Amino acid sequence: MNNSPLLKVVNLKKSFHVSSGMFSGSSLQLKAVNNVSFSVEEGETYGLVGESGCGKSTIARLILCLDNPDQGEIYFRGTNIFTLQGVEKKKFRRKVQIIFQDPYSSLNPRKKVGSIIGEPLLIHKIVPKNKIRDKVFELMNMVGLQEDHYGRYPHEFSSGQRQRIGIARALSLSPELIVADEPVSALDVSIQAQTINLLMDLQKQMKLTYLFISHDLSVVKYVSTKVAVMYLGKIVETASNDELYSSPLHPYTVALFSAVPVPDPSVRKERITLKGEIPSPINPPVGCVFSSRCPVADSNICFKKQPPLEEKRDGHMVACWLKN
Amino acid sequence: MQIKTVTDRFSKNRLAIAGLAIVTVLFIIALCAPFIAPYDYKTINVRAILMPPGKAHLLGTDDLGRDLLSRIIWGSRISLAVGFVAVGISTVIGIVLGSLAGYYGRWIDSTIMRFVDMMLCFPSFFLILTVIAFVGPSIWNIMIIIGLTSWMGVARLVRAEFLSLKEREFVLSAVTSGAKDLRIIFVHILPNALTPVFVSAVLGVAAAVLVEGALSFLGLGVQPPTPSWGNILTSGKDNIEIAWWLSVFPGLAILLTVLGYNLLGEGLRDALDPKFKS
Repeated sequence: MNNSPLLKVVNLKKSFHVSSGMFSGSSLQLKAVNNVSFSVEEGETYGLVGESGCGKSTIARLILCLDNPDQGEIYFRGTNIFTLQGVEKKKFRRKVQIIFQDPYSSLNPRKKVGSIIGEPLLIHKIVPKNKIRDKVFELMNMVGLQEDHYGRYPHEFSSGQRQRIGIARALSLSPELIVADEPVSALDVSIQAQTINLLMDLQKQMKLTYLFISHDLSVVKYVSTKVAVMYLGKIVETASNDELYSSPLHPYTVALFSAVPVPDPSVRKERITLKGEIPSPINPPVGCVFSSRCPVADSNICFKKQPPLEEKRDGHMVACWLKN
Repeated sequence: MQIKTVTDRFSKNRLAIAGLAIVTVLFIIALCAPFIAPYDYKTINVRAILMPPGKAHLLGTDDLGRDLLSRIIWGSRISLAVGFVAVGISTVIGIVLGSLAGYYGRWIDSTIMRFVDMMLCFPSFFLILTVIAFVGPSIWNIMIIIGLTSWMGVARLVRAEFLSLKEREFVLSAVTSGAKDLRIIFVHILPNALTPVFVSAVLGVAAAVLVEGALSFLGLGVQPPTPSWGNILTSGKDNIEIAWWLSVFPGLAILLTVLGYNLLGEGLRDALDPKFKS
């Protein structure tokens, strides 16, 4: 078991039905996640980047067992999480937690901070009832909240503080894997830095593994050890952080990186502007998903067949015909 | 939601304050009926039949010489009781069925919502009339029947709230914390879904008061000698040419009550509606 990854996602597919009209019986399929595989090793931070609507959050929901996939499996420590029932499922819930994007809708507006953070402890009976308060204080201390915040309601806090409450709740069960679904994109830039540093400190202290989902390339570069780039429900490129940022292979990744602003006015770089909009996932392009916007697409193959995700260098996988 | 902003917004709305005042006064009158009613509501006085409003009888007397003011004061107890019990019944049924439909979805949802559609097909007043004809008129029967035929709106409201709340992130995080269904429903979703239910319950009281008035007017509601605004109106109808006060005052009482609850309900809705948040 020791050499199997903490989380292994295999050929995951999830599509949603979209009704096409009031009177037509046919319904369209929106392929949110289309044949995605990756694995996350213990102790690492696996970054998942992509534009909005590319299926990142659907993957998060599937890993958290909030939805069932159409196809494919997710293994956590070697066991398929979709076959878990009853006590086993509850045990799994203890080990995997999520931090949500929106710090406003992620906290119950009618509960006090103390009971929000303490609820998972109560459900799993981790500490005796009379010790919950002490444990909550300990957690609040870890994420930088003060003890007098215990009896307040979420609306009394700023978004950064609210995100800390969410982090404390996720930590309360001492999970092994934390899925961070855009944890900082709703925050101000200065608060983003604080929150990211907090997450990284906690990772060291508690030996956490993160699946870090974001659309912000610079944030992902800062926190991740490995990165996967998603486009239209598919992973188009994955590599270690250094490798990906120093030598991106897929034309989509290259275009994305060229759009990241550099805080130095003397640097002039050539920006690759992609044509058009991201295609609708209801009707994705035939062939390579990126072919409709790719600046270098080759009409011989790119529009006809989907490229497989293949290893090009050591640990660097890319799905592009032109890199063969 | 902050209680302070709600009370602030509510207190700036003059109509809502007027509604609250009317409802409060009605409550006080109903609670203190034995002390403020000048006469006994069922004492017959053959020497004072159909007396117009005057010094001895402020609002006049009815065809049996009973004091109209006292009967209207005691009648307020009936309207209040019918209003609250009926709305209590319909709200409980609506919350339970709406929660089940909204939370579990699938066939449970379709079954419950088709049942709601079916209930809405009946013209409810005639349904009530038919049922009363079978079970017999009494105040308890009326309360129960009005309650059993008016829960559909609440059920739809609660279902809609559940549908949107169950996808909210704080509910999802309760799921990922391993919370059981009952805990998610009662601790996380329901408390956040009750605001519109509360508003519709206040408006529902007005509707129930009207239905009770109509039933008693038709003789299928509260039975004499127990006074209810509806059955006072019945005797008013018989004497409308010679005793206008018998129709006007109970009519005004019903009008004010319904107006009060409607103003209060709408004021609450405006105060609680987050769309008005500045």
